[in-house]
Amino acid sequence: MTSNLTHQSLASALEGLEKGDFTSVELTQAHISAIEATRDLNAFITETPEIALKQAANSDERRASGKAGLLEGIPIAVKDLFCTKGVQTTAASHILEGFIPQYESTTTQNLWDDGAVMLGKVNLDQFAMGSANTTSYFGNVINPWKKRDGSNEQLVPGGSSGGSAASVAAYTSMAATGTDTGGSIRQPASFCGITGIKPTYGRCSRWGVVAFASSLDQPGAFARDVRDSALLLESMSGFDPKDSTSADMPVPHFAGALTGDIKGLKVGVPKEYRVDGMPEEIEKIWQQGIEWLKSAGAEIVDVSLPHTKYALPTYYIIAPAECSSNLARYDGVRYGLRVEGEDLTDSYEKTRAEGFGDEVKRRIMIGTYALSSGYYDAYYIKAQKVRRLISNDFTDAYKKCDVLLTPTAPSAAFVIGENDDDPIKMYLNDVFTVPSSLAGLPAMSVPAGLDKDGLPLGLQIIGRAWDEETVLRVGGVLETAAQFPFLNK
Amino acid sequence: MSALVKGETGEWEIVIGLEIHAQIIANSKLFSGSATDFGAEPNTQVSMVDAAMPGMLPVLNEKCVEQAVRTGLGLNAEIMRTSIFARKNYFYPDLPQGYQISQFEDPIVGKGVIEIDLPDGTVKEIGITRLHLEQDAGKSVHDQHPKKSFVDLNRSGCALMEIVSEPDIRGPEEAVAYISKIRMILRYLETCNGNMDEGSMRADVNVSVRKPGDELGTRAEIKNVNSLKAVHQAIDFEVERQIELIEDGGEVVQETRLWDPAKNETRSMRSKEEAHDYRYFPDPDLLPLVLEEKYIEDIKATLPELPDQKKHRFMGDYSLNLYDASILIAERSRAEFFETVANDNDAKLAANWVINELLGALNKDEKKLEQSPISAKNLGGLIALISDNTISGKIAKDVFAEMYASGKEANAIVEEKGLKQVTDTGAIEKIVDEVIAENPDNLAKYKNGKVQLLGFFVGQVMKKSQGKANPKMVNDILKGKLD
Repeated sequence: MTSNLTHQSLASALEGLEKGDFTSVELTQAHISAIEATRDLNAFITETPEIALKQAANSDERRASGKAGLLEGIPIAVKDLFCTKGVQTTAASHILEGFIPQYESTTTQNLWDDGAVMLGKVNLDQFAMGSANTTSYFGNVINPWKKRDGSNEQLVPGGSSGGSAASVAAYTSMAATGTDTGGSIRQPASFCGITGIKPTYGRCSRWGVVAFASSLDQPGAFARDVRDSALLLESMSGFDPKDSTSADMPVPHFAGALTGDIKGLKVGVPKEYRVDGMPEEIEKIWQQGIEWLKSAGAEIVDVSLPHTKYALPTYYIIAPAECSSNLARYDGVRYGLRVEGEDLTDSYEKTRAEGFGDEVKRRIMIGTYALSSGYYDAYYIKAQKVRRLISNDFTDAYKKCDVLLTPTAPSAAFVIGENDDDPIKMYLNDVFTVPSSLAGLPAMSVPAGLDKDGLPLGLQIIGRAWDEETVLRVGGVLETAAQFPFLNK
Repeated sequence: MSALVKGETGEWEIVIGLEIHAQIIANSKLFSGSATDFGAEPNTQVSMVDAAMPGMLPVLNEKCVEQAVRTGLGLNAEIMRTSIFARKNYFYPDLPQGYQISQFEDPIVGKGVIEIDLPDGTVKEIGITRLHLEQDAGKSVHDQHPKKSFVDLNRSGCALMEIVSEPDIRGPEEAVAYISKIRMILRYLETCNGNMDEGSMRADVNVSVRKPGDELGTRAEIKNVNSLKAVHQAIDFEVERQIELIEDGGEVVQETRLWDPAKNETRSMRSKEEAHDYRYFPDPDLLPLVLEEKYIEDIKATLPELPDQKKHRFMGDYSLNLYDASILIAERSRAEFFETVANDNDAKLAANWVINELLGALNKDEKKLEQSPISAKNLGGLIALISDNTISGKIAKDVFAEMYASGKEANAIVEEKGLKQVTDTGAIEKIVDEVIAENPDNLAKYKNGKVQLLGFFVGQVMKKSQGKANPKMVNDILKGKLD
């Protein structure tokens, strides 16, 4: 019974709740038990079972009184980058360990307003900086997938939203929030064999989300299937006057876009995404995806995004530059870790030296350098110009096609520790996800198949700005065709 | 008024540029909804945004934008259709974000110009380089604990306008006149209360010296100058320091210096080498600020008459001299008071009475015009009595004193005390005859050519009439009888 409760889609759980097959308390308890049983994954930083059961009980009452919201009674996990009122929010850092916000992020508030239930705060790369969830102060998250050779090696879940992806893949939550700055939703979705969507920049409010790189950060949704992602995203989305970069646009009923009909839709295949050294299997799954869409009636168009090769260097100037400034507030003066020093400067230095991990420090240093007098024009300004060119590439491509299809990541999940000594190699994980982040476009990863080791591979669909609906529709078609072998099914 | 300073090697010219920080009058801070009242208990006007809690975002206060545009228009400056907020990064405990949101390359207001009125009665134009919007920092308190410093974030995030002048200012008097005029304009516009003692308006003074005609010298920036007096003193000190330094073979270094009013000196805070690298970059949390032409026009339509416009109108319409006009426009309420007094009256007479009598009396009592016991309408009434010869100017001063003491109307006092001027020829002739008859010696002297004695006779007649005889008529009749 427990397994039946957790091993179902969010959409079917909503039906079950509505029919009275089970209550939200039962559904939530099943997930709490699943979380307890899988603590070895280290997916959660803070479990909140009391809050969850209380919310679930309230939800059952609301449903009984005929006031069910969009996600009424659905237990979800929240990336520990979203500030949650009264619940520790760490950004997986030592410097914010024990920090309890007195406010709730807009996106999570939207979820609670729609009846969702919070199971806890899930692990991530520290301050969302990383691609393997190996930079968390609270330890690595372990991918629930194992290689089929029986080696039992522990694999990374991807990052930065590794806890979110691992939790959803391991059936310890029905869906999870994530944030995506350069691929932090899509790459872990691909590694963990689930669906993850980053909407258009400005679709979801950033208010109350611990900032990494403000011009790139965007909340988004994880779920096991496309419809569930659409439901979660719809709840999270919407204009927020407290975020000046949030867009005052109506939010469509995203799940309504899943018609399965993509006849005549033009799907662009960018030649620049065939990178050197990309595993043959990735190439193969991409080709497979193209065939699936073609069979469903889409027209495949070859397109070019000529500045793609500059996307990673551009991203690794802009994101660290913004992060170097955004993280200046963690100074030990008002909240979070404070290490007393000889004087003010000493206290700053000790606090930040102890409070931040290596990767965060690396990016603060890179960003500080890029913004320094004498280097600003050569790095930051140039990067901004290239960012515009990258954005223009997409605009040009969308004159010929409606969406783009690419691999999500250049590899499947790797063994924990594998790329840790080589930041550049780690950064390459984001090669396919960063360009659309720089352009602010909606993009999603859908699990498409397994590699020779039996590990998930995802395909990425990138849409026009504000056209999440087409992205989701194409994702739905891919999903149907792929018949992806989910874990434990 | 270009004040040249004599040194041992000849004359030196002082070159000054000013950066004025003016706190905007608005109900809330530049990027948050917190209140901005002066003097509130520490840390009671602090939102999550002001305290830079994780995930908090700035939202621009439209009122502050409107105030900046108003001020820009009041400075006869170009309003920029697109401006950009930038982060100025540095660490300090009273700067919670670790950066100040300011405007750097693209300010909201561009070049402008204002007139300053100098003590010698001349007018000079001073260029405005720019005006930009920025957040204020909080306040560090160092004197509450032997080892610790405290931070009050009430001021953190309050909206400031930084108004930067061209290096057009040539001495301490001009600097004071410039700051006074800026303050006057801000007060007219009601965009800043201009209270330097509360820190609502602060000035950084950039001072350099050069031999007349030379290139600009190296400047020092003086901070912590919190009054007009301090501005004057700090410039005097700094000019002398720089001239001595150069004449002794030294060099002025570009640096920030702190004015110490207790020791009456400036001293080095940090040199150019130690200067912060602020790593300015556009704030990614805020979109570029784009203003529509109509928005600007609508604000323009609500501008009051500005000090310089008023000054020119007073000089034109009322034939006032520059000095009187400058005094009357110094405050908007004062100019309005004057115009009420001058209504249907002799304007020059009105100006004299407002400036010399009323402002003089108020000043003596350390009262503001708003506290005047004499209303503008009543002062106008007094002047009307002078103009139509109901009372003499001399009697008027007594009436004024009575009005000032009791708040009564001039007419009532004149009636009550029987102070009406005697203009009856017969009555005056009678007194004149009496006075002549009583002073045969002086009459003889007068007849013998000592015509200065006319004054003596006038005085005697006035005394006998208890000051009520019309002085001109007394003069005329006396002359007729004596000559």
